[in-house]
Amino acid sequence: MISKEEVKHIAKLARLELTEKEIEKLQKDMSAILDYFNLLKKAPKPENAEEIYKDLSSVRKDEVISSYNIKDELIGSAPDKKDDYIKVKAILQ
Amino acid sequence: MKKLTELTIKEAHEGLKNGDFTSVDLTTAYLEEIKKFNKEINAFLSVDEESAMADAKFADEKIKSGNFGMLTGIPCAIKDAIMVEGQKCTSASKILENYIAPYDATVIKKLKAKGVVILGKTNLDEFAMGGSGENSAYGVTKNPHDKTRVAGGSSSGSAASVAANMACFSLGSDTGGSIRLPSSFCGVTGLKPTYGAVSRYGLIAFGSSLDQIGPIAKSVEDAKIVFEAICGKDKLDATSADYKFSAQGGPASGWELKGLKIGVPKEYFVKGIDPEVEKIIKSAIEKAKKAGAEIVEISLPSSEFALACYYIIAPAEASANLARFDGIRYGLSEKSDNLLDVYLKTKGHGFGEEVKRRIMLGTYTLSSGYYDAYYKKAQEVRRLIKQDFEKAFEKVDLIFAPVSPVPAIKIGERTDDPLSMYLMDIYTVSVNLAGLPGLSMPAGKIGDLPVGLQIIGNHFQENKILSVAEELEKMFYE
Repeated sequence: MISKEEVKHIAKLARLELTEKEIEKLQKDMSAILDYFNLLKKAPKPENAEEIYKDLSSVRKDEVISSYNIKDELIGSAPDKKDDYIKVKAILQ
Repeated sequence: MKKLTELTIKEAHEGLKNGDFTSVDLTTAYLEEIKKFNKEINAFLSVDEESAMADAKFADEKIKSGNFGMLTGIPCAIKDAIMVEGQKCTSASKILENYIAPYDATVIKKLKAKGVVILGKTNLDEFAMGGSGENSAYGVTKNPHDKTRVAGGSSSGSAASVAANMACFSLGSDTGGSIRLPSSFCGVTGLKPTYGAVSRYGLIAFGSSLDQIGPIAKSVEDAKIVFEAICGKDKLDATSADYKFSAQGGPASGWELKGLKIGVPKEYFVKGIDPEVEKIIKSAIEKAKKAGAEIVEISLPSSEFALACYYIIAPAEASANLARFDGIRYGLSEKSDNLLDVYLKTKGHGFGEEVKRRIMLGTYTLSSGYYDAYYKKAQEVRRLIKQDFEKAFEKVDLIFAPVSPVPAIKIGERTDDPLSMYLMDIYTVSVNLAGLPGLSMPAGKIGDLPVGLQIIGNHFQENKILSVAEELEKMFYE
């Protein structure tokens, strides 16, 4: 069983505000699901396990595809903006 | 005589070509069905009549000019996780309640170029997370075959709209069964293509190494027509593959059951499967055998780990993908005095219960101290699952399996126990983990409830799956 404190810590990492009721429910649900995950301990190690990430790194190449002229639409989606800028709360007070 | 809204793509195309009716007639008929039945079924989250009628008029001009194809003037529905420029795209979440898509997804661009009519956007489990459709922030989609039951998820509205004749075909997306499961529950045909066969550009991301867009249709042939229209390399999706698929002819067409080797995984017929579902799948396998296929028992020894593996990897990817909904760039933004509180409150109020659960699970398994035991282990198991299929496809051409261990469940039946809900995905998640194509087609019924047969092929062998499914379809309907 994971603790309430752990649930709160994970919620903080995930930037989620949770109610006391949600924390209790998550404590119960996550514990049951994490218990179920323990099944994987039985699984053997695959051959060439170290190569798993090798074939993934070749998928992405950083390249500029083309210029896409939807700047106004993208900025327009932001809830708070001024001219061509997206407004955010001050980080340094 | 069939009603206009009962026609397949092929039949509607013939009617349009022969001038029996226009796309405006067809579109009007569908919009009327939506008005009559959507209130009850809740398949559509939004319907844009004006733009649908404009699409129809444009299609009729094309047809008049003689320059048109199979999909021109055909009315369809789009899962609300796929962007259609200028229309709302909510992913069935409160956090995107008023979000307007700033551009078309590549699949939409492709369909528009063919002259389809887009009727509206369909319901889903919030951010495509769920197997029943009950996780939508805008209410559950009811199963057209029994309105006390779910349509299946996550592409609940896409499957229900086609099953209830509110669309000729639809697009869904499948991360762990989200096209195949609702297709099975609603008695329609749904194809989850090979990972990379269809561009994901413009699909709101859930699990990026698993997500794939695919068609849901009234027949196998229709699924094939739509798949051909949407597949192929897209420079805006680095994981899309250079893959040419042809619905007519082509080197891989002409596959038939006679002489084909069909694998049946012994691990899929153990405890947990409804005996009536098992009977229908076994009878489908028997029919394939009668048609000349060789049935081979195969083993996928890592099957027992697939669900745990999936429910680590998918939420881990989701927790990263959903970090972008922070109240700064899109949709909902809760007001607060400082930036951290804007994040906390926006996510806390904007996301539903299941989405929060998955973000929490994903954050947990990726967090320092747990990463090796969960995420890394799951990646290793994913490799084992892939290897199982690689070995199987050395021996067989296709694999037959159930889609779900049960037919459509009652609304509310499993909502209190997330793990029991996840267990419905037991036969579908492996296909996504291995990046394989899988199809669900109606194979029989338990009372009023349809049951789908799943046909799994090797990478980029959609043609083999679809050819065999067409042959089976004729046998199932006899």
